[in-house]
Amino acid sequence: MARVLVLFAHPAFERSRVHRALVPAARSVPGVTFRDLYELYPDYDVDPPSEQAALEAHDAVVFQHPFYWYSVPPLLKQWQDLVLEHGWAYGHSGTALRGKSVMHAISAGGGEDAYAAAGYNRYALPDLLRPLEATVRLCGMEWRAPFIVYGTHRLPAAGLAEEAERYRAQLEALATGSTTPLGVEA
Amino acid sequence: MGGGFFLQAFTYLAAAVVAVPVAKRLGLGSVLGYLLAGVFIGPFALGIVGSEGEDVMHFAEFGVVLMLFLVGLELEPAHLWRMRVPVLGLGGLQVTLTAALFTGLGMAFGLPWQQALAVGLILALSSTAIVLQTLAEKGWMSTGGGRSSFAVLLFQDIAVIPMLAVMPLLATLEAAGGDDGHHGHETWVAGLPAWAQTLAVLGAVAAIVVGGRYLLRPAFRFIARAKLREIFVAAALLLVVGIALLMQQVGLSPALGTFVAGVVLATSEYRHQLEADIEPFKGLLLGLFFLAVGASIDFALIADQPGAVAGLTVGLIALKLALLFGLARGFRLGVDQAMLFSFALAQGGEFAFVLFSYAQQNAVLSAETSKLLVVVVAVSMALTPLLILFFENVLMPRVGTKERADEDYDEMEGGNPVIIAGYGRFGQIVGRLLAAEGIESTVLEADSDQVELLRRFGRRVFYGDATRIDLLRSAGAEHAKLLVLALDRPDKNRELLATVRQEFPGLRVLARARGRVDAYQLLQEGCELVYRETFDAALRLGTDALAVLGRRKHRAHRAAQRFRHHDENLMREVADNYGDEDFISLVRRRNEEVERVMAEGPPEGRGGRDDAWDSAELRRTFGEDHPEAV
Repeated sequence: MARVLVLFAHPAFERSRVHRALVPAARSVPGVTFRDLYELYPDYDVDPPSEQAALEAHDAVVFQHPFYWYSVPPLLKQWQDLVLEHGWAYGHSGTALRGKSVMHAISAGGGEDAYAAAGYNRYALPDLLRPLEATVRLCGMEWRAPFIVYGTHRLPAAGLAEEAERYRAQLEALATGSTTPLGVEA
Repeated sequence: MGGGFFLQAFTYLAAAVVAVPVAKRLGLGSVLGYLLAGVFIGPFALGIVGSEGEDVMHFAEFGVVLMLFLVGLELEPAHLWRMRVPVLGLGGLQVTLTAALFTGLGMAFGLPWQQALAVGLILALSSTAIVLQTLAEKGWMSTGGGRSSFAVLLFQDIAVIPMLAVMPLLATLEAAGGDDGHHGHETWVAGLPAWAQTLAVLGAVAAIVVGGRYLLRPAFRFIARAKLREIFVAAALLLVVGIALLMQQVGLSPALGTFVAGVVLATSEYRHQLEADIEPFKGLLLGLFFLAVGASIDFALIADQPGAVAGLTVGLIALKLALLFGLARGFRLGVDQAMLFSFALAQGGEFAFVLFSYAQQNAVLSAETSKLLVVVVAVSMALTPLLILFFENVLMPRVGTKERADEDYDEMEGGNPVIIAGYGRFGQIVGRLLAAEGIESTVLEADSDQVELLRRFGRRVFYGDATRIDLLRSAGAEHAKLLVLALDRPDKNRELLATVRQEFPGLRVLARARGRVDAYQLLQEGCELVYRETFDAALRLGTDALAVLGRRKHRAHRAAQRFRHHDENLMREVADNYGDEDFISLVRRRNEEVERVMAEGPPEGRGGRDDAWDSAELRRTFGEDHPEAV
């Protein structure tokens, strides 16, 4: 069993239909640790040591968040800037994260058709995630295909339940042997 | 006798009050003003002041003692220790070389070596009173030249002791007789053998250091608790007088003793209060001293031998100046600072008056020689302010590398960038935050028990009522960047605000307000940066209350931020109307508006602070485009 850490970042969770469905699904998976970053750091005062300790204690990391302006919400950006330190996460002696797998779990307002060369977002969503992917790879971690919920604005209730179930399955796969980290322990 | 006293006091005060402001106005400095006033009322001009001028001078020498005490108060032991090289090296060389030079000259003029040596030693001294007063007035105390001057003067004060000891050994003349010794030297230790005298001297200094460290602080705390201002002043004076007396009795210079006491007390919480209390006495007595010096210049003798006086004075100043300049350059002062140093110290000192009469009594020098030299020294002292003016206005602009006061010595002026008035529950938090960021603050607290407690925690806190302008000044209000008004009583805070705005308009003020009403008043009085003492804590409690009730913490945090924004705007908006008849209804109306805005968001439905996160409008839009959506 791989230990999975879900880092959840949503500044207005109470108003999000999709994440209110996804969060209970994530919490229900055995072996998953769920950290709600906006509850932990309501004033953006991220504590790097405890975040680093949480990362070290897990084999896989899931960043669950809405897709704001083709990127992460501001607290998650703050988290990246403060927690992924040189000499710990990357650089010559920065090996703490090596070999762990990373998956982003993203909700996007636009439909899959909007995230295409012909759509109004012009690029496929995984292409827009390239900066996040580069971040993960620079830290020596393995980039997993993202979990994406498209078209959240017009998702019916039944669709929400389906997506929650799909998310649960993804997390279970990550937690079981099939997706154990490939890297060798440093 | 009473009439005589009043007449004398009137004469001296009137002369000072007329001459000093005029001299300052003309750019001559206060020292020259006093000296000229002294000459004017002296026996050779108006003749209002006669032979008692000498007694006045002895009395007024106490001003020099007070001045050294104040200088000591501004100099912490660590600072003094750092000055050991300039004091011993520069000071030692200055005294030795100058003495040697004048001894040689004296012998060349045909004096026996003993007399020449006595003259040389005495002329090596400079005038602490004139130099320090002038440098302080010009703001040059913390420049390289100013510091070196101070170091040399300190060494000279120490050097007086062995000079007094050596003097009787140089006697070559018939005893003068008649005079039964100098008034200051019928000491307790006079009859003791040399080793016992040395022991007494060391004991006295040790007593000052140990007593200053362990006895004075509890004593002052006890006195401060009585909350009687004049008793504290009396205690401060008693301390200085007591030390001066002790020093005199063991044969040391009183100025040196009080200087040591000042240094010992420099780290104590009473430093600024002592400074503020002693300062006016020092100023007056020093002024009186300069007056007396002016009045004592013997113009009859000058008229008798104008050539000799002029020649000797010019020679004294020129030679001292050249030697000082060479030394300063040797000790790596820049050209401008070396000039400042040499022009400042190129005169005879007030100790020369004592030493010449002592030398005469001990049959070292003849009456004529010592009288002539006393006049030369007095004239050289009177010329010093003029020499410094010459340096400042003619030489310095040409050298053009005027050194600014350097960082290292900021402390000598109490130069912390922040003053915190009131160090109770509120001010402490401010001070600790600043300290954590490496910013030192000068802290003033009026409760002596609180001061004692905080000192035990290792905080640098000074005892004193911050609403007093002189205390603020000695805490460095003229150079500080900002003042934190954190006194416990709102009326005191406002009183201090008014004083500061009048006296130190450049000082930024951040004020603690008890509550809304107090904040209105501070705002009305023009203080922009006002902080209600309970506001932030209540807001934090409210935020946590929202979280306990199940609100998302970030949302609660944002709500509190929004609340603070609205509330502070409202406070500033209505502050001007505070005191109006319809004030309460105005505030109520505006409060209702704020609450409505907070609850519903702005009337247009967009532009509220966190609305961009709310997908309701997006959903509405997309719902219309896509009828199948929920």
